[in-house]
Amino acid sequence: MSEREIISVTVQRGGPEAPQYPQVFEVPAFESQTVLDVVSWIQQNADPTLTYRFACRVGMCGSCAMMVNGVPRWTCRTHVNKVLKGGKIEIGPLRNLPVIKDLAADMDPFFDKWVAAEGRHHPTLSRDDAIAEIDPEQPARVEASLGIECINCSICYSACDTVAGDSDYLGPAALQRAWTLYNDGKDADKDAILDAVSGKGGCHSCHSMGSCTAYCPNGLDPLSAIAGLKRATTQRFFRGRAK
Amino acid sequence: MKAVARAHPLWLAYILHRISGIGLALFLPFHFWVLSLALNNAAQLDAFLTLSDLFLVKLAETGLVFLLAVHMFGGLRLMALEWLPWSPSQKTWAAAATSGAFFISIIFLMQAI
Repeated sequence: MSEREIISVTVQRGGPEAPQYPQVFEVPAFESQTVLDVVSWIQQNADPTLTYRFACRVGMCGSCAMMVNGVPRWTCRTHVNKVLKGGKIEIGPLRNLPVIKDLAADMDPFFDKWVAAEGRHHPTLSRDDAIAEIDPEQPARVEASLGIECINCSICYSACDTVAGDSDYLGPAALQRAWTLYNDGKDADKDAILDAVSGKGGCHSCHSMGSCTAYCPNGLDPLSAIAGLKRATTQRFFRGRAK
Repeated sequence: MKAVARAHPLWLAYILHRISGIGLALFLPFHFWVLSLALNNAAQLDAFLTLSDLFLVKLAETGLVFLLAVHMFGGLRLMALEWLPWSPSQKTWAAAATSGAFFISIIFLMQAI
């Protein structure tokens, strides 16, 4: 039996209750191994106290994102051979979020901002009305459809330097959600959305660095969505409110 | 742990725009001071302008023109990015057309001088 190749994996350990420190693990390489496989191998074979988060393993749930060699990535769909540098990998918890322990980041600020950006549905009709027809080719719907595949993984939030420098900034995911709803023909309160995203920490705080778009694992473009909100809020400023 | 990776084109364009802006902001007070010599002290200005024959000063002037060009195109890029709802391919074509036009006009200028 040929000797198995060994990967040197540096994992950031600790959290608010213990000082953070890097710990190195030797992990055997497997074919088609993902970064999540590596983390799971460590937890199952080397150190059962390693804390991390995952659920679906197929890139749908958005819970396994971590920093891999300084890049925020969905670990379940990141192949080790794509990120291996000289037989080594560094894995840490998502940036810009508080650490609970080891590789598990506290997602509360991320989801709180989703709510603060008015990322909720404002109905146009009640359940007693007939369902309104929406033409999928209509320009606003096409724009809305561009952003609906967001899996809330917080990779864009973690990649963003504006989030790092401004704790009030709503972040790319929440703003993209707001833009999606703004373009949704079945959303009744566009003004509430624009109010929520035009204040302090809103879309105008974005410096267009584009890390959100560069690192989104689903290929979405929050940078352009935020630019859309900038245009919409500015147009409203000059033209006045709809009502 | 490793520093956050940022070396993608959008971020590099952002940082180039910022750094060129800071460089120009530092240069401008000095520039205005030299211009003021034309009104207040012509002899000192002439003495100063002989410095522009030095290679190092010529190199610095080249850097200045680079900063101005980078900052201008960075600003145009940012305005297009934020104010024009263009598709990615439209942005690529606009960037290609601008750089092509810039290239041809520079060639024309260099032949003229």
